Amino acid sequence: MRRTFPHEEAFSKAILAVVMVLQPASVRSNMTVVIGFEGSANKIGVGIIRDGEVLSNPRRTYITPPGQGFLPGETAKHHRSVILTVLQEALDEAGLKAEDIDCVAYTKGPGMGAPLVTVAIVARTVAQLWGKPLLGVNHCIGHIEMGRLITNAQNPTVLYVSGGNTQVIAYSERRYRIFGETIDIAVGNCLDRFARVIKISNDPSPGYNIEQMAKKGTKYIELPYTVKGMDVSFSGILSYIEDAAHKMLSTSQCTPEDLCFSLQETVFAMLVEITERAMAHCGSQEVLIVGGVGCNLRLQEMMGVMCKERGARLFATDESFCIDNGAMIAQAGWEMFCSGHVTELSDSWITQRYRTDEVEVTWRD
Amino acid sequence: MAHSDSVKASVPSYLKEAQMIKQGAEARVYRGKFLGRSVIIKERFPKLYRHPEVDEKLTRRRTTQEVRSILRCRRAGINAPVVYFVDYTTHCIFLEDIIHSVTVKDHIASAQASEQNPQDLQTLADKIGETLAQMHDEDVIHGDLTTSNMLLVSGAEDQNMKLVLIDFGLSYISALPEDKGVDLYVLEKAFLSTHPKTETLFERLLKSYTASSKKSPAVIKKLDEVRLRGRKRSMVG
Repeated sequence: MRRTFPHEEAFSKAILAVVMVLQPASVRSNMTVVIGFEGSANKIGVGIIRDGEVLSNPRRTYITPPGQGFLPGETAKHHRSVILTVLQEALDEAGLKAEDIDCVAYTKGPGMGAPLVTVAIVARTVAQLWGKPLLGVNHCIGHIEMGRLITNAQNPTVLYVSGGNTQVIAYSERRYRIFGETIDIAVGNCLDRFARVIKISNDPSPGYNIEQMAKKGTKYIELPYTVKGMDVSFSGILSYIEDAAHKMLSTSQCTPEDLCFSLQETVFAMLVEITERAMAHCGSQEVLIVGGVGCNLRLQEMMGVMCKERGARLFATDESFCIDNGAMIAQAGWEMFCSGHVTELSDSWITQRYRTDEVEVTWRD
Repeated sequence: MAHSDSVKASVPSYLKEAQMIKQGAEARVYRGKFLGRSVIIKERFPKLYRHPEVDEKLTRRRTTQEVRSILRCRRAGINAPVVYFVDYTTHCIFLEDIIHSVTVKDHIASAQASEQNPQDLQTLADKIGETLAQMHDEDVIHGDLTTSNMLLVSGAEDQNMKLVLIDFGLSYISALPEDKGVDLYVLEKAFLSTHPKTETLFERLLKSYTASSKKSPAVIKKLDEVRLRGRKRSMVG
């Protein structure tokens, strides 16, 4: 079932016009080059991977004023306005032409509808124009494959934490199985919404600013801690702290920095706990943190302490790869393409809900 | 009381004499001797990655909840280890040692491996469903239901199989069908991810639960809702 979004047709025509200009001479190459398009939330990125080498990875972020979140329609509008520029940058930085690309990968889901469609349209158009096969990639798997590529972790327990997702994943028998997850909202969503309540700037991201403020916090405010088996829950702590923010800040019982500090200490402890449980369950000795919230150095620090106590290794990437980016889609696309996957045009729809364990991971044993 | 004070002072010495049998994510488990009996000592050690206040509050809460839930279960006739002693400074619980037992996890694994006596597993599923129904009717939420947290004590025949619930560290008291549904959901996920191809066995477990519990319809309804939640949640970012 395919929804039509406004301006789709006009936009397609516009792309055709611009992309026509990118046709050029061919360069002989025996290696596999995949271009990846990502725009499931407020970041729009295009990245190019050649056999495990990141050739380019430009990105733009749609940033809203403090106190506001990003809405699907406006996010899509932002992506439309910059995607072709970013595409051109990706090709220029990689020093490649359209003919050098072997496969066009894009985010099939999960994510927000309108932005996903915007990006999918460009990917489809470009694939058809350049005569290259198309590949719809699962966003979560993009994060995992990029994490594996960059860190060279062999078989880690993966903590995937972002604004839209919070999952503990382990690979087993051709699936990335979800061992634990949030039963309501993602941890990044909890942090972002809290940032709105205390009107923290969304530039470069609310989570980053919470992290900086938390460093200055000194007083620990007791907050609800909710772990249920291997799962976590954040909606309780969010409503509690939203309430506490109004009460305590107005009576100067604590500073916003104290709240940021307390929130981080609590939610990150919950995440480390469920990761540790999964590790104990699977007998794993490696942890890989991926997703935007994975940039947070305090989270990395806490996870590092837990790993050290167990004699396990921690792997994490920097913000160019933690935060949504095109190259991660290209990398997952590369793995899929090399193991024979292709997405037919008729199957190249997008979906807002796409479970990590729905994909058959044929590129690993 | 003088006696418990002297025991409290020497809890660390009990640990030194004891033999550590497991280091889990949450606690170290020892086997030792206490007042002439074989005991399991569960020591919740400080987790260094947590802020000390978070750690202290959480550890104390978990120790208290564990003991309270075990006692509540026992009073209702559900099999759980006897609590001999609790020390809140070192966060140690001295529990009855359930000897001659295997975890349900190991039992299912070996039963599946040897492929004999499927009826045995059916009876087990019935028993688990029954026991959980009893527990939920007491409004005890286990919080960490897995097949590693259920022990099977070898009896004369399968009819007399004794199921003992352990590891109540994440437990709490609640009458809400939502919480009971989530409790079963946690078990379902743990069950199916640990024991492949056991969907029908788990179905039987739920049937037995439904038949044994007085409050089951609302709980099963919530379980269905929670199952869908994972699928229907919008995943952005």
